[in-house]
Amino acid sequence: MALGFARGVCEIFRPVSLEASATPIRWAFLVDTQKCIGCGFCVKACKLENDIPFNNNVSRTWVERYVLTKEGRTYADSPKEARNGFSSSRIDLGNGKSQNIPGENIDKAFFVPKLCNQCEKPPCVQVCPVGATYQAADGVVLVDRTWCIGCGYCIMACPYGMRFFHPRYHVAEKCNFCYHRISKAMEPACVLACPVGARRIGKLRDSRDPVAKIIETGRVSVHKPEYGTSPQVYFIGMSYEVR
Amino acid sequence: MHVLRPLYVVLLLLGIILIARVFIVPKDFGVYERGYTYGWHRAGNAEDWKAVKVQYKGRDYCVACHTVQGQQISTSPHRIIECENCHGPAADHPLSPKKLNIDRSRDLCLRCHTSLSYPGSMRSEIKGTNPDAHNPGIQCVICHHPHQASKPH
Repeated sequence: MALGFARGVCEIFRPVSLEASATPIRWAFLVDTQKCIGCGFCVKACKLENDIPFNNNVSRTWVERYVLTKEGRTYADSPKEARNGFSSSRIDLGNGKSQNIPGENIDKAFFVPKLCNQCEKPPCVQVCPVGATYQAADGVVLVDRTWCIGCGYCIMACPYGMRFFHPRYHVAEKCNFCYHRISKAMEPACVLACPVGARRIGKLRDSRDPVAKIIETGRVSVHKPEYGTSPQVYFIGMSYEVR
Repeated sequence: MHVLRPLYVVLLLLGIILIARVFIVPKDFGVYERGYTYGWHRAGNAEDWKAVKVQYKGRDYCVACHTVQGQQISTSPHRIIECENCHGPAADHPLSPKKLNIDRSRDLCLRCHTSLSYPGSMRSEIKGTNPDAHNPGIQCVICHHPHQASKPH
């Protein structure tokens, strides 16, 4: 019995046992900013698949546009989270103002789709006072709508700003890689909708997964690694200017 | 000792809470694979999320019946666009919804076909137009067939 007690104490001080029991599936996402054309069908698909009111200015995912001028200025916008695509060359500056950048002034411009990074060390999960949000064994961070008290700590804690209050349920909400779809061997709605393959999902540690191969060996990076959350959405063509 | 009475009240409240939580906290609430920091939750929630109804079905579901449109679009540059992107999610169509939306507005086309000359982005590769100069206010589909974009309507 003393041995059992000693072993129990050792479990607490030996967190390496957590790493050793890593589950075979770990979901990761690959965003190719060089392919994204800013059509916004991913945002539309996400909202309609996941019951987020279409005309509310909140979304589980969105696309940002970056226009870098030859003088070195950066313009960024995401008109209505790109739910209607980018159908104007005018950059939305907020407060009803917009600006047109003439084509000859543009040094480079690109679109960056963004979604929840399903971080390996999610700060949003750490701050939940009631245990309503958690990370599943396969890496996806989920929110228990029946348990969330709507305090908003997780929304404040996410350094990427991925969380929001659901306008109808009034609890915390965020992208969950369409958990109801990936659990049935379907792709997330945004991956299905993307016409150019800018969004892809894969399973890390699966030697046959082509997306995992690109993540492990290709020229990919994550967004803001200095936050220390170990995000699992990888970008091709991520740039310094991306906020 | 009357000074102990507040202590009795506190102990009573504590007792009430400890008994109430046995009934209120779900039985499957606990610490799971990701440990104390990241895995403290109600285990049944993962199944709740897996049970959410799928809305988008994918092209194969559509062309199983709509073979004509599937054939039309298969030779067009628009074949890379999922049917449901423009027509909305299939869900339980044809049971519910009975008909999917046919959106004939300019805005749907301008999502991609507003010409944006962005060096380094694939957006510049898409044939586009200046929406303010090219037939403003007229529906695109009057001249352009969405399933066979290169042919006149």
